[in-house]
Amino acid sequence: MDKVMKKVFWCFAALTMTVVAFMGVYIIANGLPFFKHTSLWAFLTGKNWMPSGEIFGIFPMLVASLYATIGAMVIAIIVGVSTAIVLVELLPAKLAALLSAAVDLLAGIPSVIYGFWGLMVVVPLINDLWGGKGAGSSLLAVIFILALMVLPTVIRMTEVSLRAVPNEYKEGALALGSSRLQYIFKVQLKAASSGTLAGIILAIGRALGETMAVILVAGNTALLPQSITDPVRTLTANIAIEMGYASGVHQQALFATGMVLFVLIIAINLAMHMLNTRTERRERRESKGKNTL
Amino acid sequence: MKAKEKILYSLLGIIAFSTFGMLIWILSYIFIKGIGNVDLIGLMPAIITTIYMVVIGLVIAVPIGMGTAIYLNEYAKPSKFVKGIRFSTECLAAVPSILFGLFGMMFFVTQLKLGYSILAGGLTVALMILPTVVKTTEEALKTVPLSYREGSLALGASKFSTIMKVVLPSAVPGILAGIVFSTGRIIGETAAIYLTAGMVFRVPGNVMESGRTLSVHLYMLAKEGISLEQAYGTAIVLLMVVLGLNLLTYVIGRKMKNGK
Amino acid sequence: MANKIIKARDLSFYYGDFKALKNINIDVVKNEVLAFIGPSGCGKSTFLRILNRMSDLVEGTKVEGSITYNEQDIFSMDPIELRKGVGMVFQKPNPFPMSIYDNIAYGPRMQGIKKKADLDAIVEDSLKKAAIWDEVKDKLKKNAISLSGGQQQRICIARSIAMNPEILLMDEPTSALDPISTLKIEDLINELKKQYTIVIVTHNMQQAARISDRTAFFLLGELVEVGPTDKLFDQPEDKRTEDYITGRFG
Repeated sequence: MDKVMKKVFWCFAALTMTVVAFMGVYIIANGLPFFKHTSLWAFLTGKNWMPSGEIFGIFPMLVASLYATIGAMVIAIIVGVSTAIVLVELLPAKLAALLSAAVDLLAGIPSVIYGFWGLMVVVPLINDLWGGKGAGSSLLAVIFILALMVLPTVIRMTEVSLRAVPNEYKEGALALGSSRLQYIFKVQLKAASSGTLAGIILAIGRALGETMAVILVAGNTALLPQSITDPVRTLTANIAIEMGYASGVHQQALFATGMVLFVLIIAINLAMHMLNTRTERRERRESKGKNTL
Repeated sequence: MKAKEKILYSLLGIIAFSTFGMLIWILSYIFIKGIGNVDLIGLMPAIITTIYMVVIGLVIAVPIGMGTAIYLNEYAKPSKFVKGIRFSTECLAAVPSILFGLFGMMFFVTQLKLGYSILAGGLTVALMILPTVVKTTEEALKTVPLSYREGSLALGASKFSTIMKVVLPSAVPGILAGIVFSTGRIIGETAAIYLTAGMVFRVPGNVMESGRTLSVHLYMLAKEGISLEQAYGTAIVLLMVVLGLNLLTYVIGRKMKNGK
Repeated sequence: MANKIIKARDLSFYYGDFKALKNINIDVVKNEVLAFIGPSGCGKSTFLRILNRMSDLVEGTKVEGSITYNEQDIFSMDPIELRKGVGMVFQKPNPFPMSIYDNIAYGPRMQGIKKKADLDAIVEDSLKKAAIWDEVKDKLKKNAISLSGGQQQRICIARSIAMNPEILLMDEPTSALDPISTLKIEDLINELKKQYTIVIVTHNMQQAARISDRTAFFLLGELVEVGPTDKLFDQPEDKRTEDYITGRFG
């Protein structure tokens, strides 16, 4: 009986792995044939995307995705880390607990609602302030919405790792005559850096992968943006917008776009994985050091 | 206090304040604009499609995910196979939903000839939440003290009955929280469903028909600019459902703490 | 002697490369209370956990030598069968997070006893034997986790008794308890030995002296000496035993 059940559970686990592997292979297998049509280099660096003329260059989308992600992350890191510091170190515990719950709430809001709100509020606001070719639908709007969306991830991960810093550090730093802020910025943040970084990498993945909220505020023209108020189209939006009617080479090109996205995400994930193992190894080494003392 | 520190303090305060200001802004905007436009009868097709989607997604993903987690946490010894599963679920968790949509559309909709249907959408979201179910179940199993397992085994219980009668019951709150969280993800998902379940807006007769969930409905209304009133009405319903789920997770979490 | 129910011969146990137990030879006699003493890390708990193969739960371990239980080799037995005859009570009380009743009925139910009247009888009998019936008879439906530590431990003992084992292994059963609860458990052990054979690991030498018939002293994975408790404490044969019980190290 026990052996049978072990096999049953093993089958579930094997199924999970098979499904994942199958999905990855499937996307790659459907995208690879495209490179007979257009070389990888021409695909990545081509500035024109004209499916009707069978010209497929995703450079504008690649750039838009990177700009949007970097911009969103800069805002999210500054705001998120600051908010986490305020929550952990500066506010009374009860209020901080309440606001922490609010952060969870922010994380639970579906992305399409962020997109909708962005479309109704942020896009007109940008249009009123700076105008722009897309009447407010712009890289800036995308950055703003993505920053808002990934903010809870950054806050939460930073908060958790700041709280995990042992109190002895604080006592030690304060006893040496440093101020609270000096302690926070020079000691606590450094000690919490690996957790914060993990949160940031998670957030990068989300920002890069978000689709529908982005479509609603981006304007979606497949042109290289010249200014932050220009409309843009991201890699994800490219797939979602055209997949519905694409066929033949065009469809393959979209799969190839998916492949590029997939590779980017896996690379980010691998980076995180390596970071984790490195931290673990370091911690193990440190605790070993303690034992021999 | 030095002037520089004062400035830093106020800067931190302003930034944190603006974070919560944004939250209040978004919520109050949706509430004020939406409250007069709620039309539950008119939204019925989307609500029913959403329920279908959640049920199919959970029915498929929860048993497989829980089985995987039980294998990993209760049976498996460290091996390449286990590492492979862990890594692949981690990867799956990081894959953006649009790629699930892309896969679902080509594989379920086209190749398996399911067409744009609630079944194709359900299968796709099941894949999407699978890693979450594995991860949360595993975390929940890890919180069950080893002493419970020892106690049961020392009484001559088999491993399987130990898992079923002692370990799983103790892990229920954690597993439930994971399921509620996954439900929230399915309800909030747009991209993957939009590409696999289509967007026909009527009460679906069976799972082979196309359907439009609340999130996809909101997306369509906003994108096409058909009716802003309806869009606001849909947004508030969606938000209420998600807030309700959030509350549920919170209550389960509280119960979990009190149980100990 | 025919009443030796457990015999260990040349038993060695390894955690990876580390030899945690070295060539242990010892018998357990029916209806005795046998105490294992020794400094922490000496292998006494490890040995106890081998006796009902709870040691299987640890990865990367290896056994050499043999142990028999009623003349059967325990390593070729089904561990589930073994554990039905050889129960265990742990250092930290570990009631399951369910009602008192369900905790006690857990084992019998597993063996297929379904009738409520039978289960009621077993639960009552086991709780009485564990000397806790009077304290809990009115709240059998209450979660066992809500009881005090001492009560929880007696619930765990009752839970083992409900399986009607031959031997009860106790791994420092009072080390997490207050002095009054400890005394109650010790009294209980005195009662229980009429029906059961008890092997107890304790870090408390006075406890061993109070409750056991025979005592075994472990040091660095070796069984240094085993004998009647009075003799071991009054005239130990080995110098190391004497050093330990007179508090010269450990």
